[in-house]
Amino acid sequence: MTVTGHGGDGPAGNGAAALPDGVQGLPARSKEAHKLDRVVIRFAGDSGDGMQLTGDRFTSEAAAFGNDLATLPNFPAEIRAPAGTLPGVSSFQLHFADYDILTPGDRPDVLVAMNPAALKANIRDLPQGGILILNTDEFTKRNLTKVGYSSNPLEDGSLGGFQVHEVAMASLTRGALEETGLSKKDAERAKNMFALGLLSWMYNRPTEGTERFLREKFRRRPEIAEANILAFRTGWNYGETTEAFGVTYEVAPAKLPPGTYRQITGNLALAYGIVAAGQRSGLDVFLGTYPITPASDVLHELSKHKNFGVTTFQAEDEIAGIGAALGASYGGALGVTTTSGPGIALKSETIGLAVMTELPLLICDIQRGGPSTGLPTKTEQADLLQAMYGRNGEAPVPVLAPSSPADCFDVALEATRIALTYRTPVLLLSDGYIANGSEPWLLPDLTALPDLRVPFASEPNAPDGSGEFWPYLRDPETLARPWAVPGTPGLEHRIGGLEKSDGRGDISYDPDNHDRMVRLRQAKIDGITVPDIEVDDPSGVADVLVLGWGSTYGPIGAACRRVRATGTPIAQAHLRHLNPMPSNLGDVLGRYRRVIVPEMNLGQLATLLRARYLVDVVSHTKVAGLPFKAEELQLVFDQVLQGAHA
Amino acid sequence: MTTVDLGLPSIGGTAGVPTTDEKQTAKSYTSDQEVRWCPGCGDYAVLAAVRSFLPELRLKRENTVFVSGIGCSSRFPYYLNTYGVHSIHGRAPAIATGLATSRPDLSVWVVTGDGDALSIGGNHLIHTLRRNVNLKILLFNNRIYGLTKGQYSPTSEQGKVTKSTPAGSLDHPFNPVSLALGAEATFVARAMDSDRKQLTEVLRAAAEHRGSALVEIYQNCPIFNDGAFDVLKDPGERERRIVPLRDGEPIRFGPDGEFGVVQDGFELRVRKVSEVGEDAVVVHDASRTDPGYAFALSRLGGQDLEHTPTGIFRSVSRPTYDDLAREQVRLAQESKPGDLAALLRGNDTWQVLG
Repeated sequence: MTVTGHGGDGPAGNGAAALPDGVQGLPARSKEAHKLDRVVIRFAGDSGDGMQLTGDRFTSEAAAFGNDLATLPNFPAEIRAPAGTLPGVSSFQLHFADYDILTPGDRPDVLVAMNPAALKANIRDLPQGGILILNTDEFTKRNLTKVGYSSNPLEDGSLGGFQVHEVAMASLTRGALEETGLSKKDAERAKNMFALGLLSWMYNRPTEGTERFLREKFRRRPEIAEANILAFRTGWNYGETTEAFGVTYEVAPAKLPPGTYRQITGNLALAYGIVAAGQRSGLDVFLGTYPITPASDVLHELSKHKNFGVTTFQAEDEIAGIGAALGASYGGALGVTTTSGPGIALKSETIGLAVMTELPLLICDIQRGGPSTGLPTKTEQADLLQAMYGRNGEAPVPVLAPSSPADCFDVALEATRIALTYRTPVLLLSDGYIANGSEPWLLPDLTALPDLRVPFASEPNAPDGSGEFWPYLRDPETLARPWAVPGTPGLEHRIGGLEKSDGRGDISYDPDNHDRMVRLRQAKIDGITVPDIEVDDPSGVADVLVLGWGSTYGPIGAACRRVRATGTPIAQAHLRHLNPMPSNLGDVLGRYRRVIVPEMNLGQLATLLRARYLVDVVSHTKVAGLPFKAEELQLVFDQVLQGAHA
Repeated sequence: MTTVDLGLPSIGGTAGVPTTDEKQTAKSYTSDQEVRWCPGCGDYAVLAAVRSFLPELRLKRENTVFVSGIGCSSRFPYYLNTYGVHSIHGRAPAIATGLATSRPDLSVWVVTGDGDALSIGGNHLIHTLRRNVNLKILLFNNRIYGLTKGQYSPTSEQGKVTKSTPAGSLDHPFNPVSLALGAEATFVARAMDSDRKQLTEVLRAAAEHRGSALVEIYQNCPIFNDGAFDVLKDPGERERRIVPLRDGEPIRFGPDGEFGVVQDGFELRVRKVSEVGEDAVVVHDASRTDPGYAFALSRLGGQDLEHTPTGIFRSVSRPTYDDLAREQVRLAQESKPGDLAALLRGNDTWQVLG
């Protein structure tokens, strides 16, 4: 039988898939297997329970099996909040399916709660009839009181609407590991692997990848590796042998476009995109940065790839990070800085200097909840206007935003193309949702990656034949000034933050010159070639368009599928280039009766569109630190389609 | 105290920078830009000293870069016919760090002032010094904000009456040399704008030093803080106030070397040599590994300029950040050249067949 999970975003694609090689592992199961097209699982526990690792491993198993998938880690900013408390709950949700999916799922079909706090923090998301797997060992009076349960939900009937599985995970793990000689405490720490084993059994996942992973992770402590593998197998066998679990489920491999795939998070894809940009431009990469959540992983990753000519500089602060990157760009490297919103605020002055000196620079903002320190580990898209306008003076900067984890790779290359071609700082706006979320990635054909090579200036260029070098003489087509790096004889020149005379580049306070330079800098950015925006409207007759940008692509797409599944046409378009915007955008907006703009801010893109195109878009906003759900967007779209917003 | 030989290869400060046999003069280092400092500004003397000193290095002019921040002194790069960046307030050391780290073939100089380096840019300065990036930092100290027209600076004496402190400033000032030594700078020196000979000697030693070199230059601002260092220039006062530091020589000064620097517990003090005896006078050794000695020297003179050591306080060898960073990249590239296809593929892939 095939069961469709709750609240799915519905299949849309076609194609054929093959079973992956090497699906093997533990003994063939004896129980009935139901076929599902999609499942959403959420693992929830204490910050110290290893829920992120558990989720990651299950994701790898799903990827290895050939499912399409999307993930949503959700964890507190505190490294270890007090054990067993609500603020300390960490969770990992993953959605895997036999078709191409767009989001990590609105609600879990299965909730694994490792303690009462995890139950309390997550149970409201589990739909009636959902599967609830509880680690009963933690449901002590003390732990229940700690999170404000006056009675034990295992006993008071409050969980009656769910399929509850009570499993004493900690004691079962401890018992299984008794022979290993590990202390009770160490043994219990493997209970997350028990949970993973149980879920792997339930969903017929391949297991050898996890065992290999554990051996590698703990290669210096083989006894810990074996204990974790034993816990994992114990969880699997518990499902197989006890009467508690009557059925298992199967989700077949997804029918994705053919090719070689891997699983990738947004931050990893961004780091790889930066490495690839260095390779394709023939430039050394210099990352100047300062640790900040959720951007630090890009630094961690790039620091491993020195063999690609990548230098990573962990500076004393955000300002020094971008300053060093700009200094490296001036010297002819590909300067890159990575940060989150608070860091952009600190870097603003240097971005202005890069605008003024017209040097290439890639600035990656992995947005998080703001203002101020805000919600460091939660997602938001509220830095758009900061990216567009957050500088003194008229300081235009190209802005791009990836739409999914894998898209971060392509956008890094595109942002680099613009930075190098037009000699300008470029802002790339990712966010916590796609930075930490993952999806399958069809590996790119390296020969098809763009050629990003640009020439350095090598000759004096003065149009008056004086043999001088004019650092602000522009390319007539791109309006870019020459990139003359130190060490080039005859091109010695001085640049800086003061206004320069057009062409010659000497300091100039001349009013007309300033007016001209301000307009030239703007014209350079406005003139950047960007591809037209494409509209997805299978019906061809939709009169309502949903326009998004950045990480909302998945939820918007999923909600559009839902609307279309009810027989109502709706069009979707997504902006990758936010500055400049595609030249056909005005025409596109004008073709629809209504344009809906969902954003994880208070309507920043909507403000830009209204100002630029005089289109009264319907702005739908949410700033809850979590991505949109397909279900909530569907409701909004339906309302607009029915004229409620008209 | 003894010097420890760390067995490090001695690499000059400009090793790796291409040289030339072409004749260079102060004029070849002079740009076509009109110099726009106030008449009588101490910056003119420093500019002249730098222009006439640079040809000595015999470096290709195009491989020299001056990076500055904001302030009167930070206009410096415009007046030199080298590559130059006039950046933003306080950030020159950060920008220069990126440049020097990515380009070993450049001789990179930072020009900054007391406000630029010690106030808004204090963080970058100390971290650059502790990393020992191969930069030469010329800190023009006039103890005032000139370009913003006369507010007190982090090196102004406490109680200074300025436009922003009509009742007198309240802050205790920095001693830039002490600060740099506290950050374990490997090369720290002090010179006067008016003493061309000593300034040139110090610049020469700074250029030869591999690593961060901080040179504090006492510089007169004739408009907002005129005469701040006059006591060090006054023929009647100069001799008993300036304490010249010469490596390997006893630290003596005053008429006929009347005074000497002696050790007193953890401190250094000025005593009459006739009272303590010649053997008690400390012999200057800028290469002492522990910065404590140089720090004690820097405490001899306070804000009042009663005793003012000039010359090289400290010059020790320590690997530079930029050399080490490049070495890590080089070793990584040698041991495993980058393979983009392999990187993107990773360890866990799966195939979807058409």
